[in-house]
Amino acid sequence: MNQKGRFGIYGGQYITETLMNALDELEKSYNKAKNDPAFVGELKRLLAEYAGRPSLLYYAEKMSKDLGGCKIYLKREDLNHTGAHKINNALGQALLAKYMGKTRLIAETGAGQHGVATATAAALLGMECDVYMGKLDTERQALNVYRMELLGARVHPVESGTGTLKDAVNEAMREWSCRVSDTHYCLGSCMGPHPFPTIVRDFQAVISEEARAQILEKEGKLPKAVLACVGGGSNAIGSFYNFINDKDVQLIGCEAAGRGVDTPETAATMATGSIGIFHGMKSIFCQNEEGQIAPVYSISAGLDYPGIGPEHAYLASIGRASYVPITDEEAVCAFEYLAKEEGIICAIESAHALAYAIKIAPTMDKDDVIIVTLSGRGDKDVAAIARYRGRDLHD
Amino acid sequence: MTKTLKAFENKKAFIPFITAGYPNADASVEYILAAADAGADLIEVGIPFSDPTAEGPVIQKADMVALQNGMTVKGAFEVVERVRKVKPDLPIAFMTYINPVFKFRGDAPEGVETEPYVPFFERCKADGIDALILADLPFEEQEEVLSVSDKYGVDLISMVSPTSEDRIRRIAKSPRGFIYVVSSMGVTGVRSSFAYDTIGNMVRLIRETNPSVKCAVGFGISTPEQAEKMASISDGAIVGSAILRLIAGGGTKEDVYNYVKSMKDAVDRA
Repeated sequence: MNQKGRFGIYGGQYITETLMNALDELEKSYNKAKNDPAFVGELKRLLAEYAGRPSLLYYAEKMSKDLGGCKIYLKREDLNHTGAHKINNALGQALLAKYMGKTRLIAETGAGQHGVATATAAALLGMECDVYMGKLDTERQALNVYRMELLGARVHPVESGTGTLKDAVNEAMREWSCRVSDTHYCLGSCMGPHPFPTIVRDFQAVISEEARAQILEKEGKLPKAVLACVGGGSNAIGSFYNFINDKDVQLIGCEAAGRGVDTPETAATMATGSIGIFHGMKSIFCQNEEGQIAPVYSISAGLDYPGIGPEHAYLASIGRASYVPITDEEAVCAFEYLAKEEGIICAIESAHALAYAIKIAPTMDKDDVIIVTLSGRGDKDVAAIARYRGRDLHD
Repeated sequence: MTKTLKAFENKKAFIPFITAGYPNADASVEYILAAADAGADLIEVGIPFSDPTAEGPVIQKADMVALQNGMTVKGAFEVVERVRKVKPDLPIAFMTYINPVFKFRGDAPEGVETEPYVPFFERCKADGIDALILADLPFEEQEEVLSVSDKYGVDLISMVSPTSEDRIRRIAKSPRGFIYVVSSMGVTGVRSSFAYDTIGNMVRLIRETNPSVKCAVGFGISTPEQAEKMASISDGAIVGSAILRLIAGGGTKEDVYNYVKSMKDAVDRA
């Protein structure tokens, strides 16, 4: 087996020949850029002065006391510019693309958060931007479509397949293979062919780099557990990465069970999937017994993906991280709970991680500390949650 | 020499691509047989995949329709078995994506672990599949498949494309069967024009590295003029979307026969 870009047996570069040299060029440029003080310094400056980093590590005292268990800290990626962790990676990759002399960014998006982040970075750095988004998702997230257009991006609804995130990835890959010389594919999660899983993880690792220092400063000790929601898994790998060597810190990924892992309407890859090779990587996928990729479902358009990044598959295989399914109902309840208890409207994606925190916090010691990453803010989800609760808002 | 290379014995090769199960299993058998009767030198049978990232709209739709109408990997093997009964010597390749090949379990009962790739190539050998083309398996990742495909005598075909540049020398060093030259950037689907110089340069570089290797050009070819031109600068032409478009438009097996005949005549003129 080719060892390049592997996490155990997972990862690799299963992609069309047409894109292989582009991946090679990307890998070389990235290895150069990450050791170039000018690149590193400029990214640091943008993250601090434009995106608003470091993000807060907030002690949710009221909620912790209400649940009656451990202390819960929230890593507030929702407070970043554009409202989610996606900007960390989008700024990093856009700057890298510019470093490589590319003038155009393309991206896939599910809920629209990565599309908005990429369109934002493109606007800031003066680059052309095309975003591919499943037709169904453009309807579910019409506001984000207009947001991207305001930022100067062209949004292309993708009608093929199920009209959701995986189809948007397919179309972005097709587009990249048409026009690779001036175009960088700004992939939004820690997935796809090498070097994307590594690049995206490195750009998101700032989450755990900050969180680790912040918790040591506030509590003088490491947390018992770090929780994050997982679709492709970029905010989770970013939240986990700098804790991986801290063996006593549990790493828990919370995936979207949709209507339940025993129903076909689920996106819980670890709970229901199996090993496969798709979208450039060997990893775990929701698929049928013949390897056709399964349609998946979640109330959260950002977790509505039939696979998971290869590093997560690896961390699970060696028992370093565990992955738990959270249903729509549990996530919506957590979403509502956080709003009422702490005055924070978080993304429905992040509410999956919060839901698991609500389950385990009461079973833990009051001296224990856990960190839950709030990957994004929930403005985009308000209309969908209202609909879920039977109220139709006109937005 | 493997049976795959017999495709290049009769002057230049014309290689049609037809999706198994499009629009249904019976019809696809008829279309494949019509193409063979019309002089196709090798037939690429597509195993439909849910997410064909290298395909343009025509083959995407064919894959979707075939899957909706119940085509499976096993079903694609059965399509080939039916063709084999009539055409025992016709070189046949499968074209698909890696995941259905990786996941194929043959007749292994549920719960019984199978070695990856072994059941697929066992079945290929049993059904007389001569070659396999995987759109998402580049040279660097071939090893895990080659160790099995070589054992079962199935040629794992390599592709080169206009962006391959320095990679061509590595790819052309010890290819199996022939080399699939991707004519242009992007996905499959009919094109109105080609950069013939670029294609000629790719073929030249392949032959410089390995003078005995055969090269067939595919992606975007639809007219006899294009096929003739491609055959003149390589060893053959591969056509998929144009045939499936013909079928999508209600084309009969006679229409497919006539089209393939016109294309085979064109490559013979080269």
